[in-house]
Amino acid sequence: MYSGYEDGIIIYGRRGTGMPEKILESFQVKRLDILDDKGTADVSLAPALTDDELKRMYEILVLARTFDQRALNLQREGRLGTYPSIMGQEASQVGSALAAEKADWLFTSFRESGVYVATGYPLDQLFQYWSGDERGMKIPGNLNIFPLSIPVGTQIAHAVGAAMAAKYRKDRAGVLVYFGDGGSSRGDFHEGLNMAGVFKAPVVFLCQNNQWAISVPRERQTAARTIAQKAVSYGFEGIQVDGNDVFAVYKATKDALQKAKEGKGPTLVECFTYRIADHTTSDDASRYRLKEELELWKARDPILRLRLFMEKKGIWNEAYQKDVELHSKAAIDEAQKRADATVPPNPRDMFTFTYGSLSQRQTREIKDF
Amino acid sequence: MVQALNLALREEMDRDRDVVVLGEDVGKDGGVFRVTDGLFNRFGPERVIDTPLAETGIVGAAIGMAAYGLKPVVEIQFMGFIYSAVDQLFSHAARIRARSRGRFTSSLVVRTPYGGGVKALEHHSESTEALFCHMPGLKVVVPSSPRLAKGLLLSAIRDPDPVVFLEPTRLYRLIKEDVPEIDYTTPLGKARIVQEGKDVTVIAWGSMLQRTMKAVEGFNAEVIDLMTLCPFDEETVLQSAKKTGRVVIVHEAVATCGVGAELSATIAEHAMLHLKAPIVRVTSYDVVLPLPKLEDHYLPSIERIRKGIETVLQY
Repeated sequence: MYSGYEDGIIIYGRRGTGMPEKILESFQVKRLDILDDKGTADVSLAPALTDDELKRMYEILVLARTFDQRALNLQREGRLGTYPSIMGQEASQVGSALAAEKADWLFTSFRESGVYVATGYPLDQLFQYWSGDERGMKIPGNLNIFPLSIPVGTQIAHAVGAAMAAKYRKDRAGVLVYFGDGGSSRGDFHEGLNMAGVFKAPVVFLCQNNQWAISVPRERQTAARTIAQKAVSYGFEGIQVDGNDVFAVYKATKDALQKAKEGKGPTLVECFTYRIADHTTSDDASRYRLKEELELWKARDPILRLRLFMEKKGIWNEAYQKDVELHSKAAIDEAQKRADATVPPNPRDMFTFTYGSLSQRQTREIKDF
Repeated sequence: MVQALNLALREEMDRDRDVVVLGEDVGKDGGVFRVTDGLFNRFGPERVIDTPLAETGIVGAAIGMAAYGLKPVVEIQFMGFIYSAVDQLFSHAARIRARSRGRFTSSLVVRTPYGGGVKALEHHSESTEALFCHMPGLKVVVPSSPRLAKGLLLSAIRDPDPVVFLEPTRLYRLIKEDVPEIDYTTPLGKARIVQEGKDVTVIAWGSMLQRTMKAVEGFNAEVIDLMTLCPFDEETVLQSAKKTGRVVIVHEAVATCGVGAELSATIAEHAMLHLKAPIVRVTSYDVVLPLPKLEDHYLPSIERIRKGIETVLQY
């Protein structure tokens, strides 16, 4: 028998006095699909993109995959360190990053090559970074991207702080922060989303739910049916989109950023996607994942469906494909060449960039170099 | 000291619109120790931000604010509650400058009441400064008087690096002195010779300095207030150690891996041949910090400090 006052969303049974129960909150979770795996789009929802914009989107998707494949190859050759592949998640990354405007800020996790490629980040710097050179993460001054964060989910609060700062300065800038299904289990996720809700911070939380946190499946991260619905408990909207549908990702992110910049608060966008590759080059996913599942998701390739759509529209053919591949390869070759030609980092940089100026001890230590 | 810190914050917020204060109860309530009293009314809720109860989130948000160009001053209610934010401080605040090769910095201050001697609940008397000294990229500062508190806090806010600013809870309302209402700073990374002496060097900081000053009465002791624990002023420490040849280090943290161990090792490495006696550390014991009934047995007392000085003087 329940007695006492409760002001929650749980619906309690009849009280001793026989008072009727009330529903204080109820919620729905929306799912957005625009482009299916046969390349058919719902034109009423599709973002208004010109043919040139569609081509650009496609070319960036291909470039992102080409970069990723090259990075994997270079890692196998021992020329890059451990590398986390984005394969399968290109639409989630490129679609969302293209939805951001120049003034917006991006906070990334470690599996975000597609985001960097889409923002026009110097590709040679990406190779440089993954080969173990900090200079690769010296973000060019014209890009508002924070260096990638390796501790899972910890970047969420940074994004909230940056969004609060943008709001304080009355800048028309939104913040887009990337993390995964694993990250959504962390306390950082809770504290970050909770604060964003309280302060109505102009931030978009973009969760790439790729179904696997190394070997742990999504079902082990949360008993909730979706990650999107977690937003409800922080007082703002969440939406799930087909993460392999570049139109859905683009539209949901663009709408959410727009909303943020209009002062209407944060949004959680769950991109329902799949990590085709191993967690990183140090992982072997066949130890814990079924081949059938992998095959199922390979058939939902995010790049293929945009290509099919463009083919129907008459703006894709084999010759164009060859051209795109050639250009991507040339850009990656060039970047790799530039990265290879970089002079090795100066060991004194270790000291130069720890504090604004050298401490007494560092002044002694740096003499070793 | 509370008023001095409050004055520093108020003056700096008047001067620099980028300075914002955030933390639990720092707004309307003015902080549980009233360090931020009156700031909310003067600067409004956009600059004096009452946050949810979320230490990780608060420090994480401050890192994002600093990246955006603001100068956040965070209050963590007690040092015993800072540990959930250590991930943010260690993994990010300390490393952003290096990770981005200087494109971004974490110019922020995390203020927190620290240390024992106020008969508080468990977790309210922590003195774990050494943890933060072990992480390159962070600076650790402890004031020992109101005047220094203001000067050091202003330096910390203007510093381009993240500063963990430890405010000795015991000194909040203990020492009264005039604090000039002018813009002055006390530089970070510099120690202060509180009194010159010939026979022994005694190094202390925070609330232990006061005790040390009482303990050295009757001795010809040179007393150093370290003030910045990381990176500390090696020159001043070594110069004094070489001069007196005898060193006593006093701190209220435990001995093992404490800042005293670092000071002691540094002196041994660079001034060994000048020493006339082994270096002595007077610290709290290597035990779990007790509740108030046993606290007086735990913290270094004036008697223990005197005994330490007498020990080195016997050589």
